[in-house]
Amino acid sequence: MNAAYQRTLFEPLIVNNPIIVQILGICSALAITSKLAPSVTMSIALTAVVACSNAAISAIRHHIPNNIRIIVQMTIIASLVIVVDQVLRAYAPEISKQLSVFVGLIITNCIVLGRAEGFAMKNAVWPSFLDGIGQGLGYSVILIALGATRELFGFGSLWGYPVLPLESEGGWYRPNSLMTLAPSAFFLVAMIIWAVRTWKHDQQEQADYRIQSVHRMETQ
Amino acid sequence: MPRDKERPAQVLLVATLVCVVCALLVSTAVVLLRPIQDRNALLQRQRDILQVAGLLRPGSSVEAQFQQIEPHLVDLATGNYVEGGDAIRFDIARASRDPKTSTPVPADSDIAKIHRRPSAMPVFLVRGEGGLETVILPVHGYGLWSTMYAYVALDGRGERVKGVTFYSHAETPGLGAEIENPRWRKTWIGKRLVDDTGSVRFDVAKGAPAPDEADYHVDALSGATLTSNGVENMIHFWLGEQGYGPFLARLRQGGA
Repeated sequence: MNAAYQRTLFEPLIVNNPIIVQILGICSALAITSKLAPSVTMSIALTAVVACSNAAISAIRHHIPNNIRIIVQMTIIASLVIVVDQVLRAYAPEISKQLSVFVGLIITNCIVLGRAEGFAMKNAVWPSFLDGIGQGLGYSVILIALGATRELFGFGSLWGYPVLPLESEGGWYRPNSLMTLAPSAFFLVAMIIWAVRTWKHDQQEQADYRIQSVHRMETQ
Repeated sequence: MPRDKERPAQVLLVATLVCVVCALLVSTAVVLLRPIQDRNALLQRQRDILQVAGLLRPGSSVEAQFQQIEPHLVDLATGNYVEGGDAIRFDIARASRDPKTSTPVPADSDIAKIHRRPSAMPVFLVRGEGGLETVILPVHGYGLWSTMYAYVALDGRGERVKGVTFYSHAETPGLGAEIENPRWRKTWIGKRLVDDTGSVRFDVAKGAPAPDEADYHVDALSGATLTSNGVENMIHFWLGEQGYGPFLARLRQGGA
């Protein structure tokens, strides 16, 4: 695989991550990451949708009239999401119930339409597919990190298996119930962004304005 | 070519083709996956019934465990079994809509606010060495926002509760939806729904009950008065004359 493809595939993992750098797809990252299993399922579902929609849109990009391009992209994305939703209902009914509307809401996930419009419309099929996989993996990395942290500290378990013995069952760990609520994902995402920007200085944005210290000459 | 694709004819052509291809994709997926989804729904129903009867053992196959359950369809008006019905696949909502398979509920006795009830309803029996051990009745009624569907498991005489499970509803999450809460459902176990004279006596209410009421009382869910009332009405309706009353009377005479 040549260097350009590798960059398309691996850059979104950290350096150009859709959630922590582009700040897209936050809604589902908050909503369904209270446990690891639904986070992983959602990651796979979204990666499949972005990769396939990117490939499909790229394949017909020379034929899509400019003035209906968004609606054509949405039609393709929506169809793929319905297929993924049906597959989950058939093969993972429990998790599909937990994810409820959020699988359907992949249609409106900004990452999917963003990659379709921003990448697939201008690139060939294979790089577009890789780009979809890469962006999907970037989304997955954050979702899995959130899901694992929240389940471990909120329920004392990982993938449903007890890890930290709970106080209510005779152990020593008292679960942090904030972790089971959506706002905790906000704090965790913020901490991840902080850590990554400390490591990668070029991601720190210049402030639009500065608060100046005011020197006052006050007479006593 | 680049100019060409903006012509109206081309726009219409592309739009039509995209729609046709996407429609084919979606309908193929739905049709191919439907049998698997139906099987999942059936397994879920069997699991719910086993669970409410306290018979669900994790680890072994639900289908094999379900063999110990004896399904029947019951004609609600007479309380007799209907031959040849498929009780486990019975669709309560659909049967209630169809005038051929349902009867209207008189307005003055429609406390569960369901308007029509199926003429025949499924019941599930568990027999042990000492005769009939558990009777599982599917019940439904209106809560605050939605029709709540539940299974109630009763002892062999159809008087005391052995378990309750709400398997479909759309009550307020965190308030009415707490009807799903295992801790609350556990408070039902051992309660009586029917008194010695055979009439339904059960309430879901706030506060401590009078001592002679305690056996017939379940604490209401806080912040969900209307859902709790709906649950109480649902039990009164389905154990009464319009519901399983005739069947339960037959059961107590040893006729089931």
